[in-house]
Amino acid sequence: MADQVLDAKGLNCPLPILRTKKAIKEMNVGDVLTVHATDPGAVKDFEAFCRTTGNELLESSSTGDEYHFRIKRKQ
Amino acid sequence: MSSREPARNMSIIVTKGTLDWAYPPFILATTAAAMGLDVTMFFTFYGLGLLKKDLDLQISTLGNPAMAMPMMGMHVVMPNIISAIPGVDAMASSMMKSLIKKKGVASIEELRQAAVESDVNMIACQMTMDLFEFKKEDLIDGLTIGGAATYIETATKCDINLYI
Repeated sequence: MADQVLDAKGLNCPLPILRTKKAIKEMNVGDVLTVHATDPGAVKDFEAFCRTTGNELLESSSTGDEYHFRIKRKQ
Repeated sequence: MSSREPARNMSIIVTKGTLDWAYPPFILATTAAAMGLDVTMFFTFYGLGLLKKDLDLQISTLGNPAMAMPMMGMHVVMPNIISAIPGVDAMASSMMKSLIKKKGVASIEELRQAAVESDVNMIACQMTMDLFEFKKEDLIDGLTIGGAATYIETATKCDINLYI
């Protein structure tokens, strides 16, 4: 498994986080997951998710109504 | 945020079985599991119905005095008295189910499946099974059947214990 992209657009809490966890589990340590979402609550949630799980939030950005996250699997 | 060790275990007592009340426990349990916590859910009284193989959850407008449904660009409050009208709960339930779909909110079946897949420990209350005449085969597989002591033992080991 290498870097992955997850389309979580249109999904509401807690689905973006649940799908992200599922995707990360399949990846190797060091791989990067890019997530695209439309849930505004995801911004805070991805910060909290990464702080708690120890994965690294490399990027959190938005374009229009979309939010983008890049998460590096740490352990 | 304090710098103390983050919690590693969480338990939730699930006591309510309507469609709306089914959400908080399953959302919190699946999210906590996704964040690496060991999670236990104890299903008792009306909460036990959430473990039935076939779910057909409804909401009750009775006792939900602050319930407001978005309708035609505004919010319509449901007075308790209208729950006496036949069909109102069914109508409110189908409205809520269509909102759930439209807004990309997971179904309870989906969240429950996610809880099973992420090894959430689910305890079905034996006393409630006797009281409301549920058979083990009516409920989903993989449950622990137990009572208050089974739950309390778990709770003593948990950093977070919630009652919903």
